Amino acid sequence: MTRITQTPLYPYARSPDQDAAQPPRHPVVIIGAGPVGLAAAIDLGQQGVPVVLLDDNDRPSHGSRAICFSKRTLEIADRLGLGDRLVDMGVRWNIGKVFVGDRQIYTFDLLPEAGHRRPAFINLQQYHLEHALVDRLRALQDAGAQVDLRGGNRLTRIEGHPDHTTLSIDTPDGPYRIEADWLIACDGAGSACRDMLGLGFTGQTFEDNFLIADVTMRADIPTERWFWFDPPFNPGQSALLHKQPDGIWRIDLQLGRDIDREAEMRPENVMPRITAMLGPDVAFSLEWVSIYRFQCRRMSRFRHGRVIFAGDAAHQVSPFGARGANSGLQDADNLCWKLRLVLAGDAPETLLDSYDTERVQAADENILHSTRATEFITPKSAISRTFRDAVLDLATRHAFARQMVNSGRLSQPCIHDGSPLNTPDALTGPARSRPGAVCPDAPLGDGYLLDRLGHGFTLLALGSDAPRLEGVNMLEMSDALTPELRARFLGDAAHALYLIRPDQHVAARWPRADAATVRQAISRATGHTS
Amino acid sequence: MTDLTLAPNLDAPDDTYADLLAAHDGLTEAQSAALNARLILILANHIGDRRVILQAIKAAKSVA
Repeated sequence: MTRITQTPLYPYARSPDQDAAQPPRHPVVIIGAGPVGLAAAIDLGQQGVPVVLLDDNDRPSHGSRAICFSKRTLEIADRLGLGDRLVDMGVRWNIGKVFVGDRQIYTFDLLPEAGHRRPAFINLQQYHLEHALVDRLRALQDAGAQVDLRGGNRLTRIEGHPDHTTLSIDTPDGPYRIEADWLIACDGAGSACRDMLGLGFTGQTFEDNFLIADVTMRADIPTERWFWFDPPFNPGQSALLHKQPDGIWRIDLQLGRDIDREAEMRPENVMPRITAMLGPDVAFSLEWVSIYRFQCRRMSRFRHGRVIFAGDAAHQVSPFGARGANSGLQDADNLCWKLRLVLAGDAPETLLDSYDTERVQAADENILHSTRATEFITPKSAISRTFRDAVLDLATRHAFARQMVNSGRLSQPCIHDGSPLNTPDALTGPARSRPGAVCPDAPLGDGYLLDRLGHGFTLLALGSDAPRLEGVNMLEMSDALTPELRARFLGDAAHALYLIRPDQHVAARWPRADAATVRQAISRATGHTS
Repeated sequence: MTDLTLAPNLDAPDDTYADLLAAHDGLTEAQSAALNARLILILANHIGDRRVILQAIKAAKSVA
């Protein structure tokens, strides 16, 4: 089998920019063709913003890396035009089980509610996601979008100016320079952009080592997330088992603090650990092995003038909870519509400060959950371990302790309460769809609500008249108010009008509103007024 | 919601004190610490109100 990670998907090719007398200026340059950079390029490209995307490599990263993609990520992928492909390729799952020793103590169902287009999670190797994103980007190029993906282009220097940056780039043909009105740094945890600008990164480093192995096997195990505390096959430590497409399983084994990393990576040491877990009768082969430690940290600000950081470059969490790649894609989702409006002159530059406010809030929420899960899985002190073990001991018998068992609280989109873009809530409606929240999905005829929202602002009217506004997508539900629409948008209210942002977050809601009121809310949501 | 009670509230204070000590009879320090942790979690769940539990933590910490 030819692996996607061995195929150059975007090989180096000489750009006319390299022969220009003066460094050419581009509206947006993105550094890093990982999931976040690719998603941002697609988002901007399909909305007509010319983009240059640079990566020093020319292919998806080796190893499965991020594997759990959340419902919100799939909804974003739908808007980017690749949701179906991801769901078709991915392994769907909703159920998680937690074991202590060999006893199952806890089961959770992430999406007990029907009436959503997308499942709670799919598992999919990061390289499959990156491949799908590159294909989508190529399709946009074929349709005429100015999205220029340049492999083999390594950023070596960033020179900041008040209204642009100048970038020095190294290639197999030698160096060249370009200018960017806006630079988006999506170059990962070890971000070169961050280092070049001398920007710090603060937070916590955790000492425990984890062995992560992708194995190919035929196994009769349901498609669920299984997590063990103190399993018989890895005493005193934790373990995680997750299914991926192509008959590959993700195994994550806690190894402890002081280990010989190199020795632990050798197949002769890895194989017995896996055999102990799977049993002697299961034949398997190793696809990928890595040992990691992790950090929970973020930059103090994500916007630095004309340079904007997104994804792991801006913030990092532990893998428990699938909050890394998913939050990075939400960064791109939050940023791109704002950048498009600023570039078009339809919003002031300060709108981008709301990217900082909202995504810092999200990063803090993710770091909080991730740090707590990590503390539970790998207690730092003797007393922390005492309480953790007390919870586990009680959990087998008492339901109340089960809700404290924390093997990772799985990624949920942040609700941007208090965002400067929100208009104060004027509806006595359900909390889940309040201003700042992602608009809940709901069945609509033979489709789903989120698919009807488009790329601009939407006015969703439920049993209420709606004013006509130029450039605003109208969605009127008058007679066919389904139980899902009522429960998710009305609650006890008889009728409602929702203003929904291009990233599908609710900006404002009222029982009803006139054109001037809606215009004012749009003005606020685009950073014109506060 | 009611605040944390720090006024006398036990129906049999000497007996309860003795019960707590008796529960630790024959335990090692680690076993005692584990028992205390389980006991705190059970009582915290019984109280069920984060605000009251925070008041209790504050009261427990301010004896120095």
